[in-house]
Amino acid sequence: MDVEILSRIQFAFTIAFHYIYPPLSIGLGLILVIMEGLYLKTGLKIYEDMTRFWIRIFALTFGLGVATGIIMEFEFGTNWATYSKYVGDIFGSALAAEGIFAFALESGFLGILLFGWNRVSSKVHFFSTIMVFLGSMFSAVWIVVANSWQQTPAGYHIVGEGLQARAEITDFWEMVFNPSSMERLSHVWIGAFLAGAFLVLSVHAYYIRKGKHLAIAKPGFKIALAVATIFSLAQLFTGHKSADGVAKNQPAKLAALEGHYDSSTVADMYLLGWVNNKTQTTTGIKIPGGLSFLLHQDFKTPVTGLNAFRPEDRPIQVNAVFQFYHIMVAIGMLLIALTLYSSWLWWRGKLFENKWLMGVFVWAVLLPQIANQAGWFAAEMGRQPWVVYNLLRTSDALSKAVKAEQVLVSLILFTLVYTILLVLFLYLLNKKIKHGPELTAPDEEKEIEAKSIRENPIMN
Amino acid sequence: MFLGLDYNTWWFLVFGAVISGYAILDGFDLGAGALHLFLKKEESRRIALNAIGPVWDGNEVWLVIAGGALFAGFPIAYAAVFSAFYLPVMVFLIGLIWRAVAIEFRSKEPGKLWRLTWDIVYTFACVVVTFSLGLMLGNVALGIPLNEEKEFSGSMLSFFNLFSILVGITTLALFMMHGAIYLAMKTENRLYVKLTVLAKNFTIFFVVAFALTTLYTLLYIPHLSDKIRSNPQYFIFPVIMILAIASIPRQLKRGNYRLAFLFSSITIASLLIAVAVEVFPYLLYASNNPANSITIDNAASSAKTMKTLLIIAMIGTPLVATYTAFVFWTFKGKVKLDEMSY
Repeated sequence: MDVEILSRIQFAFTIAFHYIYPPLSIGLGLILVIMEGLYLKTGLKIYEDMTRFWIRIFALTFGLGVATGIIMEFEFGTNWATYSKYVGDIFGSALAAEGIFAFALESGFLGILLFGWNRVSSKVHFFSTIMVFLGSMFSAVWIVVANSWQQTPAGYHIVGEGLQARAEITDFWEMVFNPSSMERLSHVWIGAFLAGAFLVLSVHAYYIRKGKHLAIAKPGFKIALAVATIFSLAQLFTGHKSADGVAKNQPAKLAALEGHYDSSTVADMYLLGWVNNKTQTTTGIKIPGGLSFLLHQDFKTPVTGLNAFRPEDRPIQVNAVFQFYHIMVAIGMLLIALTLYSSWLWWRGKLFENKWLMGVFVWAVLLPQIANQAGWFAAEMGRQPWVVYNLLRTSDALSKAVKAEQVLVSLILFTLVYTILLVLFLYLLNKKIKHGPELTAPDEEKEIEAKSIRENPIMN
Repeated sequence: MFLGLDYNTWWFLVFGAVISGYAILDGFDLGAGALHLFLKKEESRRIALNAIGPVWDGNEVWLVIAGGALFAGFPIAYAAVFSAFYLPVMVFLIGLIWRAVAIEFRSKEPGKLWRLTWDIVYTFACVVVTFSLGLMLGNVALGIPLNEEKEFSGSMLSFFNLFSILVGITTLALFMMHGAIYLAMKTENRLYVKLTVLAKNFTIFFVVAFALTTLYTLLYIPHLSDKIRSNPQYFIFPVIMILAIASIPRQLKRGNYRLAFLFSSITIASLLIAVAVEVFPYLLYASNNPANSITIDNAASSAKTMKTLLIIAMIGTPLVATYTAFVFWTFKGKVKLDEMSY
């Protein structure tokens, strides 16, 4: 294998592994803000216990997010030196802003969030929780801005020729608000909220099934269900906006997402299917003209297909892009159905009567994770063969000083280390879940519920 | 231009300040980790971990900021340095992963073997991270072969030269001294007494390593002291450095660990300033052909970006300083273990 494919595998592997954790931290951050806010507002012990339990799990995901994230920042330089030179003027400033505005904020207050419970007043602690949450939100801002600039470059000009060429900023805010950054950012944020909410749903559903810690498990489940329902629906809108943006800005990627080759025909929308890139055909269950309708509100309008692009300017792994995209969309729909149905049961007062529904929620934690990963794979593989869309090819972006053997060594190291990390993470997570929250509140559910129903609408 | 200095020089200063901040802050974490196995009792090890517990993560962020600052301000240097030091950087990063993971995971199981395993991983990771940091610094000070495209054109094995190994050992000694002083400041009773002894021993270790490295530099790499020799006003930096180093054992003897910590921080900063004075305006000197060297001017981003970066730094620095101070203030005083501790 050559340096290019090894470097791509290494980057994909390290970023995909890293991306298990930050969405959990962002999503759990939101849930922690809500739980601790309810504690401050109501003074009920159950919210304190809930918050303290989730802080411990948050610490675990956050720690792994930091540990695996620091690799990413340096991997641009180690494996993609030409890319780093090309985009440094632009990408670098977003990365510097991320470090100073986002990471410093979240890591600074994290100490107080984790260790400060007995050291600061509850208001200062709540403030720290909010700051950690905001910091994690900001960190998503800058990295998505940087990535979006690669998808839809704006606010720059090219200086120099050939291999010495590089992009320089002409307008900082035009770079930040490039055509795709805001819609992709909202999509990423909401994906993260869902990842966090579904982890909470899973753990609480597990307790409810086992009949353990019910005083905390039930109200906590409702908080997370509210978050999950709102954002599953919202994700439909940001997803649609993103697809519209891709149609406008990256037509070759859009064509790959739906396996559409012929520009002179209407474009179909597949529920599931298979793309054969050799014969340039896509087969499957489809809504004829569906993509045309989605983009132009008309079933008859043709959509630009892959054939409109030279073979060297469009993605080769069309079927992979197609499948990743369809997995993401299917999971998105599934999450809407699941959360709406559960919310309806909640409204009817029958939420916790179905044991099998709780069983579904225990495993549903995997769905947003898979959707987040699949979405990014579709977005990044669909961008190929470009690392910066229409400007710099992935094959030209490598470090010339680095040999294939070196990348192979580091790739093997990462594979070993990350496998151990994943096993340890799951082992400790499982252990913390089995151990459950430390209850300081009385574990008599009825008493709590009677009191809570009077005081707090979310418990109804 | 801003206050008489051009943007590139400003950004060199900012980058240097961030690197110094990282070395001072994460330096005591890494040093505390490197000496972890010298502490024998379970409770001592827990107290040592909790002394850095609330702050090490924030300290590591300085490295992230430094990486971003180099990438943004001097992308050519960022690309050259990290692709040249490919394997040492990977070892360094994987070391950082294990450091973080060891701190997080150690306390999660009560078993003796579990904890001992993580103690060993932790110490080993901190030693590897610190040594590779020093090794890379030594090679940057010496210069490495670069081709016309400003990419590394030598062999990895050349990184293990005597000078760079000495710098690596000196860095390790410096951080261990710094970490021991920090821990002494945060502990009491018998652990405190033990750490005062360790602090003294590591100070001796550092002074010897430092003296050897300095001697080697003056004898065999005289060009690394050219700048200071020809500009008498720069002589102030080695003077401050020597005074700071000399003050450490004095404060240790008086039992004033806060002042000792201040002086070991000044030592770290002044060592880096001395290196910066000597290499400026080079960011990476091409040892094969000086014309291929990477300087602050040929590596810099556009003037517009440099200006944007300075604005970001001017807004960000007071913010970071404020909440760093707030966190350190919150956890001031001796370490007390509670139910949220590691």
